[in-house]
Amino acid sequence: MELLYVGLAALGAGLAVVGAAIGVGKIGGSAMDAIARQPEASGKIQTAMIIAAALVEGVALFGVVASLLGVLR
Amino acid sequence: MTAHKSLLIKVYFALAFAILPFFTFAQEHESLEEAEEEFDATEMIMHHIGDAHGWHFFGEGENSFTIPLPVILWTENGLVSFMSSEFHHDTEGHHVVEKNGMQFVNLHEKIYRLEEGAEAVEFDAEHNPVNASKPWDISITKNVAAMFITVILMLLFFRSLASHHRKNTHAPKGFNNILETLVLFVRDEIAIPQIGEKKYMKFMPFLLTIFFFIWITNLLGLLPGAANVTGNIAVTVSLGLFTLGLIIINGNKAYWKHTFWMPGIPTWVKPILAVVEGAGVIIKPIALMIRLFANITAGHIIILSLISLIFILENAGVAGVSVPFALFITVLELLVAFLQAFIFTILSALFIGMAVEEHEHH
Repeated sequence: MELLYVGLAALGAGLAVVGAAIGVGKIGGSAMDAIARQPEASGKIQTAMIIAAALVEGVALFGVVASLLGVLR
Repeated sequence: MTAHKSLLIKVYFALAFAILPFFTFAQEHESLEEAEEEFDATEMIMHHIGDAHGWHFFGEGENSFTIPLPVILWTENGLVSFMSSEFHHDTEGHHVVEKNGMQFVNLHEKIYRLEEGAEAVEFDAEHNPVNASKPWDISITKNVAAMFITVILMLLFFRSLASHHRKNTHAPKGFNNILETLVLFVRDEIAIPQIGEKKYMKFMPFLLTIFFFIWITNLLGLLPGAANVTGNIAVTVSLGLFTLGLIIINGNKAYWKHTFWMPGIPTWVKPILAVVEGAGVIIKPIALMIRLFANITAGHIIILSLISLIFILENAGVAGVSVPFALFITVLELLVAFLQAFIFTILSALFIGMAVEEHEHH
């Protein structure tokens, strides 16, 4: 039973990471495109990219923290 | 000459990075060989990332090297204080300390007060103590002591920079110049773009303080034997509350109107949006606090887990893989330490900027 909880928590953390990976990947890819098109605006693009990536990452971390709470009950 | 110097600096840095993970975990090797117990990775990791009443460096039990810190308790009979060394490194509740006619035990780094007449702490089936209660604990714990160190460092750094500018008009030299570059980075990359030319100056003290506090505590947390301050949820909650407080105090009329009675949409949507936007005001600082907490804690857990692999698999050969990997993660954590301070500050500035923004039309 204990193992089931740990397994479910690990699965939850993994799913959260998959979501974040897709999100951050898309943001990074688009930022690369944008910088290639307009290298002079790279500073602004980077700042916007980091903010967007941080917001996506925050959601993933909610999932990881929820999984952690599941394990450490 | 300069080429020679830069090579020397590179060699120093390479050596420092290479040795860093070994230092941190050398302590674990020693204690495990002596004890010959079964290795519990979860317990070791929780001990490392948790708060404590003494600053433990290495060793086990009575032979350990621990800096005692003051325990300060608020009970019904007033303030009680004593050094944490009086518990003699006991965290299982066996060693009872008597002060002012009250008995205290340290149970997993939480201080409990035994009831009158009780000799030792007793547990129920779920391992919760039945004859002891928690007094208000305002001790100077490991995390609080680490925060004091950060505060002292910040006072030293920035008082010298400020006194330089009080006397001179030219740019400072040496370390102060680095600090000034960072201060200008916060102003030009964070405060002005997010809050705007007109109002940013009012929030610069807060943004600078929060940026340097998070960055310096993050970096100090990577040192061997250091505390995990920004990976403690209570610390990040407080930091998030500062941002929330600033938004609530400084939010102008237009901001609150756009939050609770959004103009320009059908009336029946307005109450629904008010609930969503109202929740958003609270959720923004919660997201800030979870992000910082989870990032720093996850970094510590990954490094400790990689090193734990050696002991879980009971094979020294694993060290060949896990130590370079831990080194890689440690270097990555140096970047994360800066990135998290930057993200916390820039998002705080963004939220504050949204709250103070002037709306000219509608």
